[in-house]
Amino acid sequence: MSLLLAQVEIRDRSEDTCVSENGFCPDWIVDNFDRYVDPFFQHVLLTVVAVAVGFGIASTLAVIAYRHRWFVNPVIQVTGILYTIPSVAAFFLLLPITGRGFVTATIALVSYTLLIIFRNILTGLDNVPEETKDAGRGMGLTEQQLLWRVELPLALPEILAGLRIAVTTTVGLATLVFFAGAGGLGEEIYADIAFKSNVVVAGGLAVLLAAVLDGLILLFQRALTPWTRAVSAG
Amino acid sequence: MNISDSAQSSGPSPRPQAATLEFREATKRYPGQSEPAVNALSLTVPAGEICVLVGPSGCGKTTAMRMVNQMISITSGDILLDGQSVRERRPAELRRSIGYAIQQIGLFPHLSVADNIATVPRLLGWGRERIRARVDELLELVSLDAHETRDRFPAQLSGGQRQRVGVARALAVDPPLMLMDEPFGAIDPINRERLQNEFLRLQREIRKTVVFVTHDIDEAIKMGDRIAILQKGGHLMQYAPPAELLMYPANRFVEDFVGSDRALKRLALQRVRDVDLWRAPLVRAGEPTAEARAKLADSEVPYPLLVDGDGRPLGWLSERGLAGERVTEELRSNPEPRIELDDVLRDALSDLLADEAQYAPVVDERGAVQGVLSIEILSQALQTDPDQVPSGADAP
Repeated sequence: MSLLLAQVEIRDRSEDTCVSENGFCPDWIVDNFDRYVDPFFQHVLLTVVAVAVGFGIASTLAVIAYRHRWFVNPVIQVTGILYTIPSVAAFFLLLPITGRGFVTATIALVSYTLLIIFRNILTGLDNVPEETKDAGRGMGLTEQQLLWRVELPLALPEILAGLRIAVTTTVGLATLVFFAGAGGLGEEIYADIAFKSNVVVAGGLAVLLAAVLDGLILLFQRALTPWTRAVSAG
Repeated sequence: MNISDSAQSSGPSPRPQAATLEFREATKRYPGQSEPAVNALSLTVPAGEICVLVGPSGCGKTTAMRMVNQMISITSGDILLDGQSVRERRPAELRRSIGYAIQQIGLFPHLSVADNIATVPRLLGWGRERIRARVDELLELVSLDAHETRDRFPAQLSGGQRQRVGVARALAVDPPLMLMDEPFGAIDPINRERLQNEFLRLQREIRKTVVFVTHDIDEAIKMGDRIAILQKGGHLMQYAPPAELLMYPANRFVEDFVGSDRALKRLALQRVRDVDLWRAPLVRAGEPTAEARAKLADSEVPYPLLVDGDGRPLGWLSERGLAGERVTEELRSNPEPRIELDDVLRDALSDLLADEAQYAPVVDERGAVQGVLSIEILSQALQTDPDQVPSGADAP
């Protein structure tokens, strides 16, 4: 632990400057911005990979659970337990199996997205109006065609809402994956957690990332679900 | 038939016009229930006719309809479509060949009107151009402006428009059989009547075999070529054309179900043009009075009816109008109500009663007088044998 949490000296405290007084120092930020670029992209990668893998697993589980209701409760229970394991504990539990690094971090992050995405997809599918499904079947759509052409498209608003929560949560949790040796903006935050300029830049980048990813999904949603904004003209 | 012709011209698939539908002891029994939902239902719907399944809720009418396209499986017995058992066909493939319209319509909210209508054509692999042409043709057929409606989402339509799109979607591949489950049930009375009339007009063109489910006996009488009255448990009480049902209810249940006003309901089955009208003593201003008096003597009506140059009624002439050498425009009353040849007798009677009139002029589409309808004629019509009564209000 002491090794992991060892504070790294990233500022020169010898002189009587903004930096040594621990203020908010634009000059220092401009000079040192390079150090945040790689961790930022690590953070992006961690988030995107975790949410993508989580979405793949959760959507498969949700589609199975939608057709076979008995499957719902076991999935909710298991993903619920995964969701409650403290992330730092999860890293240490995984260390003997997957070692330090990206894989361990991703496994942990993925496990936190499952419950959110699973529940949202299932809710979305459950909210498809009964008469819409009846009309689809009555016209001769197979169950498979009904799922892909009607049910999943109609569940998109809920599915994408779940994805937005998963993304913002994951950006936050990914600030802890440096405990598993996977880098990210968290490593920079903890490099000198007492230095305001550092925390503001590293933390601010994480917040910005969350906002941008959230906004991208929102744009995506608007493009994919034009019918949700269609209001009666007559 | 113009529809199938134009559909055929854009693609080479042979399409049947209408199919004969036969229920043969068709039974639906749900596990754990002592009584079957539909009990040994046997009836035949001739090709091109509308068969209305009607009865109180829980009578099994919707179940019976849904057994036809295998939305509900048949426990025993069979249902034959043009002689072929529906049980021998794959459900999805069977359903694509049967039009399906339900009360809640079930339009896909995420698809445009055009894409909704194109559902079954796409499943059958039609080409793009053929689908586009068919969509526009269908929208026109159900009285919607194709240009304006095509790209809208269902949420942007009124209830009546949505229902029309639902019917268009059900007709998309020109199926030989249509199943309609209370298709106009959720529409307000005024629009329901319009949609009913539109569908009957449409049916005169397309001549589909239709199974139409409703709980409303008036709708059944209006829409059906034949009506099957079902009692709880899917027991068929009577299967007959509307006039026969009203004239000779088979049992107490049918009698109660059609209502104590069944004699009046029969008036809804006939149109004014179907009965023998009185000859109208038509006179024009300036005509010799003697001629007018001669016409009056020849007529059941006590007063001459003054008309204009095009034969449109101006009013009933008073004695003073006949006082001189020539007819003058001295009216005793206006020619209200004005009854149209296409009105059903029930509406005509209602108009007469509303105006407290014993008789009224009947006019054609151009407004010219064709005769006179009286309370007396209506009471005679009520005594007519149902064999002489057309089987539905849609009959010409």
